[in-house]
Amino acid sequence: MSQPIETIEGPAVAAAPLRRGQWLGRLWHNRNGRVGLLIMGLLALLALASALGLTPYSPIAQHPEDQLVGPSSTYWLGTDQFGRDIASRVCAGLLASLRVAVISVAIATILGAAGGIIAGYFGGWTDRIIGRLTDVLFAFPAILLALAIVAALGRGWFNTAIAIAVVYLPIFVRVARGPVLSVRSMDYIRAGKVLGYSPPRLIARHVLPNVAAPIIVQVALALSWAILTESGLSFLGLGTQPPEPSLGLMVSDARTLFDRAWWLLVFPSLAIVLAVTGLNLLGDGLRDVLDPTRSQSRGRRRRRR
Amino acid sequence: MTGRYLLRRLLDAVLTLFGVALVIFLVLRVIPGDEITARFGIEGGALTDAQIESLRSYYGLDQPLPVQFFSWLGSVLSGNFGVSVTSGNAVSELILSALPVTIELAILASIIGTALGVVLGVFSAARPNSVADTAAQGFGLLGLGIPNFVLAAAVVAVLSAQFGYFPSAAGYAPFFEAPLVNLQQQLYPALVLGIGLAAATMRTTRSAYLEEASRDYVRSAKGKGLAPRRVRWRHIMHNASIPIVTISGIQFGYLLGGTVIVEQIFALPGLGRLVLTGIEQREYAVVQSVIVVIAAMFVLVNLAVDLLYARIDPRVNLS
Repeated sequence: MSQPIETIEGPAVAAAPLRRGQWLGRLWHNRNGRVGLLIMGLLALLALASALGLTPYSPIAQHPEDQLVGPSSTYWLGTDQFGRDIASRVCAGLLASLRVAVISVAIATILGAAGGIIAGYFGGWTDRIIGRLTDVLFAFPAILLALAIVAALGRGWFNTAIAIAVVYLPIFVRVARGPVLSVRSMDYIRAGKVLGYSPPRLIARHVLPNVAAPIIVQVALALSWAILTESGLSFLGLGTQPPEPSLGLMVSDARTLFDRAWWLLVFPSLAIVLAVTGLNLLGDGLRDVLDPTRSQSRGRRRRRR
Repeated sequence: MTGRYLLRRLLDAVLTLFGVALVIFLVLRVIPGDEITARFGIEGGALTDAQIESLRSYYGLDQPLPVQFFSWLGSVLSGNFGVSVTSGNAVSELILSALPVTIELAILASIIGTALGVVLGVFSAARPNSVADTAAQGFGLLGLGIPNFVLAAAVVAVLSAQFGYFPSAAGYAPFFEAPLVNLQQQLYPALVLGIGLAAATMRTTRSAYLEEASRDYVRSAKGKGLAPRRVRWRHIMHNASIPIVTISGIQFGYLLGGTVIVEQIFALPGLGRLVLTGIEQREYAVVQSVIVVIAAMFVLVNLAVDLLYARIDPRVNLS
């Protein structure tokens, strides 16, 4: 988790507003975006199967006669030391990780974007106070801040979600604030003011659609970091608590049994890596599609000219 | 670089650190129970009200919060971080013994990450869309996708299952006592952290290189017949180095906190391990002090990166 959080500062000039549905199609035509969508679609289906109870076994059902059985036709990914089915547990772990990731990123996006837009739109003292607060939050190495918050609130998946939300909040503030600054002085905003529109209406109808692109890209990257952090905190025993299945905890428990049961370590690890990579690809794809000035493959395109 | 700019940045850093101390202080006061319940645990229930009162006044917990905050801040500034209840050592001593371990790990990981990342990045960008480029980009994607605790767990599992080896099995050897043993113990955790860093550095290097490679001065340099290697390193990389220095600096800062889990897995007695044990044993004096120390280093490293920026790129205007 030392991977620095990838951030993008809002571009100096806001990207063109998006027509509804248009960017999903473009995302599908982007190589990174398509692979990311496919991976995340698959993982979301697996998590959904677990949520609906469609996995072959219950993730916490113990089968004492089948302890540490390797992958087979009965147990696709093998069983652990209590005879629990790894395939079902991986699906349930995915569900747990995605739940924390989605809740935390939703909180961070809504509060962070609101803070950033308010700071950028009103400027002055509001901007300065919000800026100072985000500076302070930025002064902590991310994982350490999450650790401190979980230590304060207590273990458990919901507190982990809150910790991740607090860590990511300042990033959304910065991402949202930048483009608002350039949109604020546009003619159409001034026209709206002259027409007597209220600030909430101006922000919701005219500012937000024009600054949404970098926020959407950041959401994908935030989800990926949230999954890294959730599984890391669970690995340390601070996140999701047993017997609830969690990918990080599964990796942690598998370490001592590795010489007898490699599948215990390999499959949950693979699930984490796939989820993080899928979201990173999705983020890269979204950046290519929504924010061409900052795309990773920019250099390549230039060379082709 | 003007003195006034430096002064302003330092003042900024001090203000930020004040905020950091305040946030940590408040966050840890949210914790249900206080140091008395933490220290006496269930036995705390057997204390009489009078005993609890006297303990509260002994620890200064009966003071108003602002008084508690400033007295804590004052003692921290004078180097007094309090005493660890479990071990009986001064927290400042614990930090001083853990700090070199973490800094050494961060430096080794940075060296591995930067060297590997820059070489792979140039290697990949020099022939865009070749097989080598695709392979290097695959490495970058995987390196970012594998959490370092997963990699660390896998390395430890394989080392012990295949070779019956655990780097710190016989206890940690400080660098100045047994440098070779120490480097052996630091090697695997540094590699684990370094691979994640290399992935990020490689991606930054690749895009910075491609950006510079399309400029006119590169065409001129090639046109006048300079050796490709010279163009690559002396011309392109010289100009592409700014984002690379930035990301290396940012990463070094993150490493100071990012070593937490890896130190735990490899049983290295660094700052990360100190925080985790502190959280487990509910030693808030330890937790808040270590976090403040790490945040202070983080702020200073970021400041240093910004200043370094201006040394490398004279176009950066500091005022």
